[in-house]
Amino acid sequence: MTAVDATAGGSDPYRLGHDQESPTRQRTLGHADRGLVSKRIVTAFGFWIFLLSDIIMFSAFFAAYAVLVGETAGGPSGRELFNLNNVGIETAALLLSSFTVGLAGIGARAQSGSWFYGAMTATFILGAVFLSIELREFASMIARGAGPTRSAFLSAFFTLVGCHGLHITVGLLWLLTIMAQVLAKGYRADILRRILCFGLFWHALDIIWVGIFTVVYLMGVAL
Amino acid sequence: MFGKLSWAAIPFDQPIPLIAGSIVIFVVLAVIAWIVLSGHLPYLWREWVTSVDHKRIGVMYVLLGLVMLLRGFIDAIMMRSQQAFAYRTPGYLPPEHYDQIFSAHGTIMIFFGAMPLVIGLMNFVVPLQLGVRDVAFPTLNSVGFWLTATGALLVNLSLVIGEFSRAGWLPYPPLSELTYSPGVGVDYYLWALEISGVGTLLAGINLITTILKLHAPGMTYMRMPMFCWTALASNLLIVAAFPILTATLTMLVLDRYFGFHFFTNEAGGNMMMFVNLIWAWGHPEVYILVLPAFGVFSEVVSTFSRRPLFGYRSMVAATMAICIISFTVWLHHFFTMGGGADVNAMFGIASMIIAVPTGVKIFNWLFTMYGGRIVYSTPMLWAIGFMVTFVIGGMTGVLLAMPPADFVLHESLFLVAHFHNVIIGSVLFGAFAGYAYWFPKAFGFRLHEGLGKAAFWLTLVGFYVVFVPLYIAGLSGMTRRLQHFDVAAWRPWILIAAIGILIMACAAACQIAQLVVSIRQREALRDQTGDPWNGRSLEWATPSPPPAFNFAVLPNVRGEEAYWGMKQRALEQAKLGEEPAYVDIEMPRNSPTGFVCAFFATFMGFALIWHIWWMVGLAALGAYATFVVFAWRDKDEYIIPAETVARIDRVNRSARNAVLARHEGAP
Repeated sequence: MTAVDATAGGSDPYRLGHDQESPTRQRTLGHADRGLVSKRIVTAFGFWIFLLSDIIMFSAFFAAYAVLVGETAGGPSGRELFNLNNVGIETAALLLSSFTVGLAGIGARAQSGSWFYGAMTATFILGAVFLSIELREFASMIARGAGPTRSAFLSAFFTLVGCHGLHITVGLLWLLTIMAQVLAKGYRADILRRILCFGLFWHALDIIWVGIFTVVYLMGVAL
Repeated sequence: MFGKLSWAAIPFDQPIPLIAGSIVIFVVLAVIAWIVLSGHLPYLWREWVTSVDHKRIGVMYVLLGLVMLLRGFIDAIMMRSQQAFAYRTPGYLPPEHYDQIFSAHGTIMIFFGAMPLVIGLMNFVVPLQLGVRDVAFPTLNSVGFWLTATGALLVNLSLVIGEFSRAGWLPYPPLSELTYSPGVGVDYYLWALEISGVGTLLAGINLITTILKLHAPGMTYMRMPMFCWTALASNLLIVAAFPILTATLTMLVLDRYFGFHFFTNEAGGNMMMFVNLIWAWGHPEVYILVLPAFGVFSEVVSTFSRRPLFGYRSMVAATMAICIISFTVWLHHFFTMGGGADVNAMFGIASMIIAVPTGVKIFNWLFTMYGGRIVYSTPMLWAIGFMVTFVIGGMTGVLLAMPPADFVLHESLFLVAHFHNVIIGSVLFGAFAGYAYWFPKAFGFRLHEGLGKAAFWLTLVGFYVVFVPLYIAGLSGMTRRLQHFDVAAWRPWILIAAIGILIMACAAACQIAQLVVSIRQREALRDQTGDPWNGRSLEWATPSPPPAFNFAVLPNVRGEEAYWGMKQRALEQAKLGEEPAYVDIEMPRNSPTGFVCAFFATFMGFALIWHIWWMVGLAALGAYATFVVFAWRDKDEYIIPAETVARIDRVNRSARNAVLARHEGAP
């Protein structure tokens, strides 16, 4: 079999699979007619898909938490453990850091060193404040005998909230790496794309935190 | 210093794994020694290991899949022969070893056999069919592949160091909890899958972005070849389902390593939550594997029936319907949970509904063949064998979807026969069809037809001889995973199944012989034109094998079956289009990032399995350093000058012109 018999049996008299170049189809050409899209769009799109997958991972931890929230095994429940004042400060710090990371993105695009470094530093400090309050909360719970091994509820709590905290930690490391990179290499196109992705990552962590704040803390205290 | 690792981990007292492991180590060392001594190492490093070319990565995925398929098949032979011997005797495999074998068989076949085959085919074919030069994130693609290879390595390491899981291919707690599985077997399973799961997720993200964002001009969604559509659906499922697997396995890790209580018997743990979560991933996983196989069959059936795919739009709709419905049926894997009649009825009906779009596909393939001039080549034989086998498997599936019937057949060999019927019939046949169909594209020569057909017939016959008796044994009450049994009525069926596995072993031998013979006869089997099957989609517009940049100039797509349209125009006008103006092409540079990442991931996985904490820290540091080094590089692309592009493309054009001239010469 070679391409010599290229026309053998190639007919499609009823045009069953074909709809070639019919006038109605031209309208649907839309996006692809512009050819290849820019790298910035492709990178950000791919990173969004990653963030969606990350959110699905969190949703599994949320589901586990919802199933196990009542399984305190005679141990403390959320109402006895959660301190809404601390959580309020955490939330404020994180939401504010979303604003500052937005500023950092604008600063980078404007190639303004003071705005970029200033806003990134502010984001780092706010993230670190969030993280230290969370770690103190965890430490005090463990000291009171309410660690993750105490009950299924606490296992689910530490995993869900801890996973978010781990993401924040990784984010802070990433933030420092990007700052070092801008310092060393300047505002190159690929670095600007990374700053864009970091911004998306940081905002996504905010979205997840809103879910944790509501489902874990507010509902936990109310229940 | 070395955590739980000591000399006791090497199974000196168990001859079978020791000998098998020694042979594998010997073969691997011999291959490495041969590569180094014959001076192929620089070539291998430059052209394959560090390659970010989607075609090379696709080929490596398929190679990994084929090797692991063989490994899983050896497990299958051991299980069938053990049961054939173990009638009122203990057989030759002790229970703790037999349990490891069936766990390893399932794990390896799904995660390291079927998944790499399917992802490899998608990686190789999708950019070519879309008319683009690479995937969206080439280096990430390499990372994904090497992480998958890390997982496969860890699973196989368990053969010689320590043990593998005895808890089945899905480690249901509480059996998989530390209390009942104190060894490292489950840990091998968990870390191998956590690491390779990340690799699979990266591949999924990459291919979705490629399909949705990168096209040749004019390649709209409704002009994409069917394989691209099924690849899109499959990768959407990967991104939506694999995070659930990662999360679920992480919970089990936390239970085992830090005494959490997600799935334990005490302190409020809920083991049915594991079963629900794992199947919320596990059922979509079935469709992750099968949808690309459907895509392969769509391409193969249309090419070898010499007709366009019947009902392209209904095929697209059916694919996307399966993509969504596959998330609503997971509970049919455990109707016996006690969810109640309403819950079971809901999931039973959903499971039957998913047979509808699948049926649409079967009819579309049949109507494509109807009235066509069918060429019975090896890929087409696999496709026809699939249609018959898969319909039978689908019907037993609809039977099992009825909760009352499922209560009786649950965990029986009937179930085992059913899922092998659908997975072998679709995924394996599809992978082999795709392998035979695209092999000439990848390597420039066709596979030996005679041996390919022999492999097909032996596989088909062997498959029925193995699994029809298992259906019957299952209906007579034989449960799965029996190390030995003493019911006389089951014995004949188990013996027939053992004969069947011998037939399948002959089929495997034919496959290997086919590859060897084809390589030796490659000059006679050479594909001169790049279009050996008279194909219809854009991959056949490139020479075989395609150059690194795939297309010298991105093709201008004017309708469905882009290449068929071009070919018809060229034949009508008896010449190719004008030679295009060639320009420089930017291509991504090779990068060892993927390999280095996997190197550290292997050490990290191994250290986590054996609780060697300092090594975990060191490997994490190494992974971070790799990330920084990669981020720091200044040049990520290289230029292929226009003259080189022109030189390569002119060869392709002259080959095609020769075909046109011969065609003109003939009446």
